[in-house]
Amino acid sequence: MQVSDRVDGVPPSGIRRFFELAEEMDDLISLGVGEPDFSAPWSARDAAIASLERGETSYTANRGKRELREAIADHQAEKYGLGYDPDDEIIVTTGASEGLDLAMRALVDPGDTVAVAQPSYISYVPGVMFAGGEPLPVPTRAEDEFKLTREVLEDAGAQEADALVYCYPNNPTGATMTGDELEAVAAFCREHDLIVLADEIYAALTYEHDHTSIATLPGMRERTVVFNGFSKAYAMTGLRLGYAMGPAKAIGAMNRVHQYTMLSAPTTAQHAALDALENCDDDVADMREQYDRRRNFVLSRFSEMGIDCFEAAGAFYAFPECPTDDAQAFAEDLIQEKKVAVVPGDVFGAGGSGHLRVSYATGLDDLKTALNRIEAFMD
Amino acid sequence: MSSRAEILALLRENARYSAEDMARQTDLDPAEVEDVIAELEADGVIAGYQAIIDYRELEDERVRALVELNVTLDRETSYADIAERLAKFPEVEGLRLVSGDYDFDMEVEGDSMSEVSRFISEKVAPVPEITQTVTHYVMESYKERGIVFGDGDDDDRLSVSP
Repeated sequence: MQVSDRVDGVPPSGIRRFFELAEEMDDLISLGVGEPDFSAPWSARDAAIASLERGETSYTANRGKRELREAIADHQAEKYGLGYDPDDEIIVTTGASEGLDLAMRALVDPGDTVAVAQPSYISYVPGVMFAGGEPLPVPTRAEDEFKLTREVLEDAGAQEADALVYCYPNNPTGATMTGDELEAVAAFCREHDLIVLADEIYAALTYEHDHTSIATLPGMRERTVVFNGFSKAYAMTGLRLGYAMGPAKAIGAMNRVHQYTMLSAPTTAQHAALDALENCDDDVADMREQYDRRRNFVLSRFSEMGIDCFEAAGAFYAFPECPTDDAQAFAEDLIQEKKVAVVPGDVFGAGGSGHLRVSYATGLDDLKTALNRIEAFMD
Repeated sequence: MSSRAEILALLRENARYSAEDMARQTDLDPAEVEDVIAELEADGVIAGYQAIIDYRELEDERVRALVELNVTLDRETSYADIAERLAKFPEVEGLRLVSGDYDFDMEVEGDSMSEVSRFISEKVAPVPEITQTVTHYVMESYKERGIVFGDGDDDDRLSVSP
């Protein structure tokens, strides 16, 4: 059967090959996983189970349970100073990924250019293409510690773009941006009239400074949609629950796509999410503390091995420079010879080549063994 | 977090972390880690280190019992006096003064049920201040000191994911 040109034009993900290589190996230690190694807090799981026992298995409102949207609004106000109306400025989605897809389809017209800060999560570029837009890669630079700057935006020609999508704290680099650094990006977007799709899924996982949302900066709220969710902070990836916040017009347009395609996000997951917001701050703090220790451990080991790695201050990734020229070959040989999986940076787009994404969402014992194997591999 | 709190958190997680591995996880260097531990030990904050054992996995399973003790106090005898006397027995693994229906919560360990029973009847019950003992033998232990016993959770995540 013929597939559409739109889909045919999007290449399969480069991560697939590493997945297949890794799957063949016994005793593999994977530092290639993009999700927490913890289970969701028991309190949240218990709330989901209780909702099933009560028989709450119907659809919810399109935009998500009212109570959940209120809790999200309160949580975002308290943590990041964001102010969104649960009535018409918040939509609960099936993972933050759905939210991003909705935004692309609701806000991007065919032919519109969407600047994509890279290296990045692998779905932004395909998302733009599925919506008929033109992705414009904006490679960030190792010397800027993979932060987005006015200079890299200008160099990529983003002044001509209609929208900008980025993610900080960042997957795959672990980079974060301070309020001052974001202000330069905000000024650029105001000047050149770009809308901003800010993926803040890792906002709860910062280790050096608190997260700032670009939507809190002057003149940005009206041109920004913020994406967040429960997958990373609450270790709820498989429950598939995220949310988007933005001006009523944007969220309304996104909801129009959502109501015809998804109807509503999974009800059971919404119950877990509500409990997560109400009762799981300590669980998040505990997981964050463990990630931070592992981060210190990984960065210390890289420094001992003489591997160049900037001090990634967020998410659960380190992004060291590959000790050899060819990161793809290094990662392949490392799997085959030492049974350790990492992901070469070029899988994540422009600016990622020559680097490796090392996830520390893995217990310390495995992390320690894996890093010892990497050290042995380099000898 | 202070370095003392940080080291305590790490030791509570795994008391066998090497000083080097603790240093790598914190902003301290190995010598500083050793110093903090020495200080915590000297101050009596760290009273000891022990393994958490799942006795079901051992051939010689130990018998454990939780014993509720009721006591009466008089002008000369305090809870601490009774506790001091009981704690001296090596059979007593744990001893706590608790609120509620009884006074002391005592954990006793022995090689057999008869040994534990004999200890309670011959050494504990005769203590003049002790008015009642209720012994609960441990039938199964599922979680000790935060560690859940069993096969452990398998990592069912995809081995590589975006």
